[in-house]
Amino acid sequence: MFNKIKIQQLLLTFFLMQNVLQAQSSKNYFATDGIDFLNLTLLLIFLGLIFLSIRKYLGFEKISNLVTKANHFANGHKNVRMEFANGGHHHHHSDGGKKCDSDCNNSSCKGSKTLGVIALLMFFSQGVFAQTNKMSDFSDLLSQPGIIITIVLMLIPLFLGGIFAIIKAQDSIRFLYAGKHKEHEGHDIELKNSRTEFEGLSNAGASQENANLSFQSADADILEGEDLIFNVSNKHEVHFTAVKKRSVKRPSLPPDITKLILWYLGFSVFWLIVGTGIGEYVGIKFVLPEADSISWLSFGRLRPVHTNIVFWGWASLGMIGLGYYVVPMVSNNSIFSIKLGWIALLCTNLMIIFGTICLMAGINNGGGEFREYIWPVMALFAVALILTLINFFMTVARRKTKEIYISNWYIVSSIIFTIIVALTAYLPFWQDGVSETIVQGYFMHSGVGMWFTLYTLGLLYYFIPQQLNKPIYAYSLGILAFWTQILFYTIIGTHHFIFAPIPWWLQTVGIVGSAGMIIPVVAAVLNYLMTFKGQWHKVTNTYTVPFFFVAVVYYFIVSIQGTAEAFKYTNLLWHFTDFTVAHAHLGFYGIITFAIWGGIYTIVPRLTGKEPIQMLVGAHFWLAFIGLLLYTIPLSVGATLRGLMWMEGAPFIDSVVMMFDWWLWRAIGGSLMFLSHLIFMYNFYQMTCKKNLELEEA
Amino acid sequence: MSIFDDHKKLYPIAGLLFLTLTIIVVIAPALTNQKNNAPLPGSRPLSKSEKAGKLVYIAEGCVGCHSQQVRNVEMDKMWGSRPGMAADYANIGRTSILQNTATLMGTERTGPDLTDVGNRQPSLDWNLMHLFNPRAVVEQSIMPSYPWLFEIKKEPAKWEVVVPVPPQFLGGKEGKVVAKKEALDLVAYLQSLKQVPLPTGTKPMEFLFKTKKAKVAAAGTGGGEAKADAADGKALYATNCQSCHQENGEGLKGAFPPLKGSPIVMGENLELYVDIIMNGYDAKPEYGVMAGVGTNMEFNEHQVAAIINYERSSWGNNGKKVTPEEIKKIMDFVKIKAQQ
Repeated sequence: MFNKIKIQQLLLTFFLMQNVLQAQSSKNYFATDGIDFLNLTLLLIFLGLIFLSIRKYLGFEKISNLVTKANHFANGHKNVRMEFANGGHHHHHSDGGKKCDSDCNNSSCKGSKTLGVIALLMFFSQGVFAQTNKMSDFSDLLSQPGIIITIVLMLIPLFLGGIFAIIKAQDSIRFLYAGKHKEHEGHDIELKNSRTEFEGLSNAGASQENANLSFQSADADILEGEDLIFNVSNKHEVHFTAVKKRSVKRPSLPPDITKLILWYLGFSVFWLIVGTGIGEYVGIKFVLPEADSISWLSFGRLRPVHTNIVFWGWASLGMIGLGYYVVPMVSNNSIFSIKLGWIALLCTNLMIIFGTICLMAGINNGGGEFREYIWPVMALFAVALILTLINFFMTVARRKTKEIYISNWYIVSSIIFTIIVALTAYLPFWQDGVSETIVQGYFMHSGVGMWFTLYTLGLLYYFIPQQLNKPIYAYSLGILAFWTQILFYTIIGTHHFIFAPIPWWLQTVGIVGSAGMIIPVVAAVLNYLMTFKGQWHKVTNTYTVPFFFVAVVYYFIVSIQGTAEAFKYTNLLWHFTDFTVAHAHLGFYGIITFAIWGGIYTIVPRLTGKEPIQMLVGAHFWLAFIGLLLYTIPLSVGATLRGLMWMEGAPFIDSVVMMFDWWLWRAIGGSLMFLSHLIFMYNFYQMTCKKNLELEEA
Repeated sequence: MSIFDDHKKLYPIAGLLFLTLTIIVVIAPALTNQKNNAPLPGSRPLSKSEKAGKLVYIAEGCVGCHSQQVRNVEMDKMWGSRPGMAADYANIGRTSILQNTATLMGTERTGPDLTDVGNRQPSLDWNLMHLFNPRAVVEQSIMPSYPWLFEIKKEPAKWEVVVPVPPQFLGGKEGKVVAKKEALDLVAYLQSLKQVPLPTGTKPMEFLFKTKKAKVAAAGTGGGEAKADAADGKALYATNCQSCHQENGEGLKGAFPPLKGSPIVMGENLELYVDIIMNGYDAKPEYGVMAGVGTNMEFNEHQVAAIINYERSSWGNNGKKVTPEEIKKIMDFVKIKAQQ
C-alpha cells in the first residue's frame, strides 16, 4: 500500500513540477495573460474537492456532536462517554468504515488520503503556474493567486477563533438552560462513568496492539484510563474560566537530568524576557525614533541583538532543554552524559553574552541576517551543538526500542544539518562578492528550516500524540514529510534574493522548491491534525494542547504563506517591506515559540510536581495569541500598501509616513506579547520554585 | 523500513543528502561565481577614508534598513539607472579576519536603497546634518540620529568641519556641531556609492515588469494635461528636491536656500534655472553646494518642466508656466555649456 501511494505521489510531483518549471522559465517570462475566469473556477472546484475529501478526516460532522457533549463541561462534569465516543475504535467501525483507523491499515483510507493530498496540491499548483508577468494595478491585486492564498491563510486563525467562540457561547446558553436539571444529570453521568470504564480499558488495549509504532516506550499513559477520573465533582460552582485537566503525576526522572532540563528551560525563559524586551523597545523606535540617542542602544545595533537572543537564547536553549526530556524518553533509556549537557549549556550562554556585547559595541560579522555574531562567538555555539549531537546520538544508539522513534529522526538530523549549515556560512572560502549573498540566502533559510522547524517538528511528534493519548496518525506521512522537507527546504534559500544579481537558475530553483514545500507541509500537518481527530475536546479542556494546536496551524499557514511569497508578483510587492518581518514573527512565534511553551507546560510539572495556576496559563496563551495577530495582520496590511506605493513610484518618504499607524499597531501587539511573556515567567516560577503548589497524587 | 531502525544508516544518509544538496545549491555556485566575476573596468577600490566609512556603516547596522541592490524590475528604477549585476559586487572581499564579506545587499527597505546614493545626494552638508539628526532635514524621517559621530564645540578649530544644524536640534546645548572623523568617513563612503557605468557599447539589462504609470511618467506631461502635470511635478519634487528645499519650499536656514519667493524660481532667467536643476549650483557662500541633480537622475524635458511648473505654482509662488518644448531647447543649450 505504501508503494502505491508513493508512485501516485511521485507522478503527481513530477506533473506539478513541470507546470511550475514552465511558468518560471525565461520563455514565458513576458507572458501577459493573468489569472482568468477559467482559473478562478478551477480554484473553486479544487477548493470544494479539498473540502469534500478531507472533511471526514477533520471530523467536521462531529462538531454538532461535540457541541452537545461539550455542555456537560459547563456543568462542571467531565463526561467520560465522550472520550470513547471520539477516541475508541469500536465507534469508528460502527460508522460503516467511513472513517479510517488511526493506525491506518485499510486501503480505502489510503486512497482517499492521497486524494486529499492531490486536491490540495492541485489547488496550489494553480497558484504557481498562473503566474502573471505584467505589473498590475490595485484592482488586479485580488486576482493574484499569491495574494488570495495569503488572505485565506490569514483568515484561518480568525476563523478558528470564531468557531471556538461560537462553541463557547452555545455552552454558556446550555449551561443556563440546563442549570435546573443538574443534580439529576450529575448522578446519571456518574453511573455511566462506571459503566464505560470497562469498555474504555479494553478499547485502549486494542488500540495499543493495532498501533505498530514505537510506543512501547515509556508512555504508559497511552491507556486512556487515566482520563476517567479527573475533574469529577459533586459541587456545582460557577467558574469564570473553564477548569482544565490537571497535569498527571508521572514516574519521576533522576534528579540530575531533572536539574539539567530545568536549568536549560530556566535560561531560555530568562533570554525570552531579555530578547523580547529588547524587541519591544526596537519596535517602539519605529514610532519614537528619538527614544534615546545612545550608541549602544541605537536601532541598527539592537535589532540583531533582539533576533539573536530569541534565536539562540530562547528558542535554541528551550528546544535543547525539551530534547533532553524527549530524546531519552522515546529511546526508553537514560541520557548518555549529563556533563556534556552542562558544558553545552555554558557554551551557549557564553555565546549569547559575548555576542550581545559585541553587537552593541558595533562588532558584527558584516551584515548578513542571523549571521551577525562574529565567528569566534559563533564557534562556541558550534561546540555546544557538537556536544549535544554526541549526547543525543549516543542516547539513540543505546536505545532500548527497536525502531528509532520519529521524533529522534528529526531532532538528531536537525543538529547534524545545523552544524553543516553553520560551517557553510562561516568558512571563508566561498564568500567573495555575490557568493556572500548566495550563502546568506541559504544560511538564513536553513537556519530557520533545518534547525528550528525540523527540531520543533520532532518535538511535536512526541508531544502531540503523548498529550492526546493516541499514536501518531501515519508513519508513512512522517517519512514522506521528513525526506521532502530535507529535499525542498535546503534548496530554496535563494528565494530571499529573487531579482538580485545572483544566477537566475538558482532563483528558479528557489521558487520551484518553495512550491515543492507544499508536500512536506501538507503531509506533516495532515499527520498532526489526523492525530487530533477524535480528540478535539482536548484543545479546550487541557491547558497544554492549545499551544501545540496553534503551532500546527501556524506551521501550515506560515509555510504556505512562504510559498506564496516566493511567487513573482507577491515577491515584487512584499520584498523589502515589513511583510517579511510579519512573516518571520508568524513563523518563529506562531510555530516555534508556541510549541516550546506547550512543551514546557507539559514536562515541567512532571519534573517538579508543581503546576502553574491555570487561569494564568490561559492569560499567557490568549495575550500571546492576540498579540501575535495584532502584530502580524496590521503589519502585513501596511506592508502591502507600502509595496503598492513603491510600485506606483510614489515618493519614498510618503511610504514611511503611511506606515506610521501600522507600526504603532505592531508596537501594541508586541506589548501584549511581551506582557504574556512576563506572565509566562511567573508561571515558570510557580512550576519550579514556589513551595505550595504540589501536584496531587493522581 | 530498516533504515529507521538503524541509527548508523539513518543519520549518515540524511546528513549526506543534506550535504550533497548544500554543495549543489550553495558551495558550487558560490565558488563558480567568485571565480567568474571580475569588477567592471570603470570601478575603483575604496579609498582609505571610504573603507573606514564602510566599517562604520557595518558597525551601526545600517544594512538593517538600507538595501544596496537595484533589482531588474521597473519599481527599482528609482534607485539606479540600470539593474545591478554580479560584477558590481566582484571587488568586495573579506572585511577583516573577524568579519565576513559585506556586500550589504540587505533584505529590508525601511529606508531608501543606497546603491546610487552618491549620485542622488552628493551634498556633504546635507549628509552630515542628516546623520546628526535626520529630522533636521527630513521632518518625517524615522531614522535614528547618530550624535556620537559628532562633537559639540564652543569654538571649533579652523580645519574642523562645522555642520549647520539648526539650534532646536542641539538639545539645549550651546556651541557648534563638529563632525568627527567617523562621520566624515561614513559620508565619504556614502558618496562613493555610485553605480559604475557600463563599458561603452554594453547594453544594460532591461528593467522588467513595466508599469502603465511608469510609462506615463516617462512620457512626461505632454498633451497639456494640467492635472497630471501638477501631480507629477509634486512627486518629482518630493523625490528629488524636498530633502534639501523642504516640503514647504522654505529650505533650511544656513544650509539650503528657500524656493518660496526665490528670485531664480520666479524670475525671467529660465536658462539659469534649468542650468541649476541640471548641473547644480555653488554661487552663494551662505548655502551648501547643490549637485547636478538633473544630470545625475537623467531628467528629460517633461520632468524638468513639471518640476519648474510645480515650484512656480506652490507655496504662494505664482510664476509663468513653461512647456516641455521650450525647456528642451534650453536643456540642449546648457548641456553643451556644461561640457565646455
